[in-house]
Amino acid sequence: MTSGRPPALTLGAVAAVSLIVLAVLMAPWIAPYAEQDFTGGVWEPISAAHWLGTDNLGRDLFARLVYGGRNTIGVAIVTTAVAVFLGGALGLTAANAGGWIDNVMSRCIDVLLSVPVLISALMVLSVLGSSVPVLMGTIGVLEAARVYVVARSVARNVAVQDFVAVARLRGEGPIWVVFREILPNVLPPLMAETGLRFCFILLFIASLGFLGLGIQPPAADWGSMVRENAQAIYFARYAPLYPAAAIAMLTLGINLSVDWLLGHSNGR
Amino acid sequence: MAADVLCIRNLRVESTTGAVLVDDIDLTLARGEVLGLIGESGAGKSTVGLAALTFGRPGCRIVAGQVLIHGKDALTLSARARRQLRGVRVAYIAQSAAAAFNPAMTLLDQICEGPIRHGLLSRHEARARAIETFRVLELPDPEHFGERYPHQVSGGQLQRAMTAMALSCRPDVLVLDEPTTALDVTTQIEVLAHLKELIALQGTAALYISHDLALVAQIADRIMVLRHGKAVESGPARQLLEAPRTDYARALVAERSVASVQSRLPPDTGLEPLLVVDNISVRFGRHEAVRAARFAVGRGETVAVVGESGSGKTTLAMAICGKVGLHGGRVRFQGADLAPGYPGRSREELRRIQLIFQLPEMALNPRQTVARIVARPVEFYFGLRGAAARDRALELLEAVGLDGSLAQRLPGQLSGGQRQRVCIARALAARPDLIICDEVTAALDPLVAEEILKLLQRLQQQLALSFLFITHDLVTVRRIAHRVIVMLRGEIVASGESGEVFASNHPYVERLVAATPEPRMGWLGEVLHERSLIQSPHP
Repeated sequence: MTSGRPPALTLGAVAAVSLIVLAVLMAPWIAPYAEQDFTGGVWEPISAAHWLGTDNLGRDLFARLVYGGRNTIGVAIVTTAVAVFLGGALGLTAANAGGWIDNVMSRCIDVLLSVPVLISALMVLSVLGSSVPVLMGTIGVLEAARVYVVARSVARNVAVQDFVAVARLRGEGPIWVVFREILPNVLPPLMAETGLRFCFILLFIASLGFLGLGIQPPAADWGSMVRENAQAIYFARYAPLYPAAAIAMLTLGINLSVDWLLGHSNGR
Repeated sequence: MAADVLCIRNLRVESTTGAVLVDDIDLTLARGEVLGLIGESGAGKSTVGLAALTFGRPGCRIVAGQVLIHGKDALTLSARARRQLRGVRVAYIAQSAAAAFNPAMTLLDQICEGPIRHGLLSRHEARARAIETFRVLELPDPEHFGERYPHQVSGGQLQRAMTAMALSCRPDVLVLDEPTTALDVTTQIEVLAHLKELIALQGTAALYISHDLALVAQIADRIMVLRHGKAVESGPARQLLEAPRTDYARALVAERSVASVQSRLPPDTGLEPLLVVDNISVRFGRHEAVRAARFAVGRGETVAVVGESGSGKTTLAMAICGKVGLHGGRVRFQGADLAPGYPGRSREELRRIQLIFQLPEMALNPRQTVARIVARPVEFYFGLRGAAARDRALELLEAVGLDGSLAQRLPGQLSGGQRQRVCIARALAARPDLIICDEVTAALDPLVAEEILKLLQRLQQQLALSFLFITHDLVTVRRIAHRVIVMLRGEIVASGESGEVFASNHPYVERLVAATPEPRMGWLGEVLHERSLIQSPHP
């Protein structure tokens, strides 16, 4: 499928993403302290005991960073799965059905899209309270609307092709048509969309964390870590920059990797 | 020779992966001369044409040879100098005019852009010249034609507008890459006539690329036949048509000759016809695409539906399949009424009517192997599973002349002709009584199309199949159809036995017949002469 070596930038991106994922998976083994242990003073500088210093309550920043990554990335993965399955299934259904079903579904999605995500999310989360399942469900549904748009439009292009007409005229049911004829042909763009959607969801969870509506303390989370430690900047400490850098690196890394994959899967 | 405007010597173009696309091509063009380049797709025609513009398509490199324009090697020029060359000294007319125009600019602005940008003419002069060209090309209302946007004119008009654009700088060499292939037969000859006139008028040398020998013969002084990137034969057009020296050229000429057709009698049809189309109408909104169509297809019979694009042929086929709803009338199959929409038909009814499409690459799922594609109807209709279905699929592939080793390939790994054979095998897998063929050979090279037609004929004899054959190619019709239905703007204007219809003097049928290029010298002139005598009003 792919030919030639990926460029250095892509290799770097893949390396960065793998490093983060590995660190996060191995958190209990590489973190020198537990997630919520108070192990030193407030905002201590970098030392042998605290590789990235300590946070606003004297917890080890490096430990918080790897455990926080676990929480943030874990929630983002589940949310992405919700968004892609929900949005993908609805999008394919609409594209396959066409006609008024497609119209009704698409207009409903348009309504959902017309409200800024952050506002809808803040609304739901302040009413229902911010627990992890609510967080996943809310963001999952909101982002599913965006996946729907992509899935529907690519599937629509496939659904009007002659081979789909052949299957329909043969008498095949909608399940066969969607899963055997359409789905395999929309999978590559849908995979790319999944990668990008993951980035947006990660950023979104981090922003909610920053606003205090994401994953709740004392559990670590990159977004809330930025907020908790924001004041450290005044004391010439780098504490908020580490989680911010982690978010940036992961998003950028995934974006670059997906871009490359996308560019190379088109050639079939 | 110093008089040669364009001279290509020992041209060799390779793809970046090292495959040789064209090799050892030599050609010369004098002022006012037209050289026809013909061959199948993939023969390297366009590659040679673009090389004349010193342009290699992405993924191609000109690795050896010279392109001399007025005796100077254009390949050694700087990128900037080559840009100056293109459009001014050498111009290009592509197959799809629609893709060559910017939809957001008026035609006149785009046509005048070249000469103004290259500093050849003032805006006023460029305008005047464009309007003059419109007049020669017989475009409607030449004074104001250029104020329209590309989507506001017809395909034939747009192709002519593109000719005007290419000629706006009075180039020395014109490269025409299948300029009429996307057009209707009747529009095609008009565009061809205008091209010929303009080339003669401006004394431009032209390279005319086409897969249609009959067409090239009308405009070219000399013809070069390409195959697999090599020149097979070249010579004066008359000699190539009347006394081709190589087998390949001989096959090309024979394929297009109407004379080689043997008339065939329809088989005895004593029983009730297989398919009866009774007075059906199809509407899209207020537009009536098919109006009161009425005909029958007997067992083992081939009925051709002919007409220009937009005449409702395909809609008629879709109505029979149940893919579009009926506004009125009914479709009877084997003596029973069929539900108007396919979801209302039984599996058995669906099985008996199969469809083959124009573009096999669109009709095959690119993610399924050939074996999978052909085995599915076998499983679906006859309940065969696993090895039994696979064996049956291989049998079917063999029946359509495909090697079993292709079974595990994806459609993207096959040639156009092979793909169409897979489509035929898939249709046969259902053991149908009627196969509807929608322009099945239109997208194929002439010789490949010929083989597909032979295959269909052979299958008809073996399996007593009926065909409803939709096409705009009258050569095909004469070859295989027992009966013909001629459609014009949604209505059947003539029908009957093949020979009778073509011999009848229905004005539209005559027009269609007359517009089919014949591979002999002077055909275009005769047709145009006749037309001007008849002064026929618009159909």
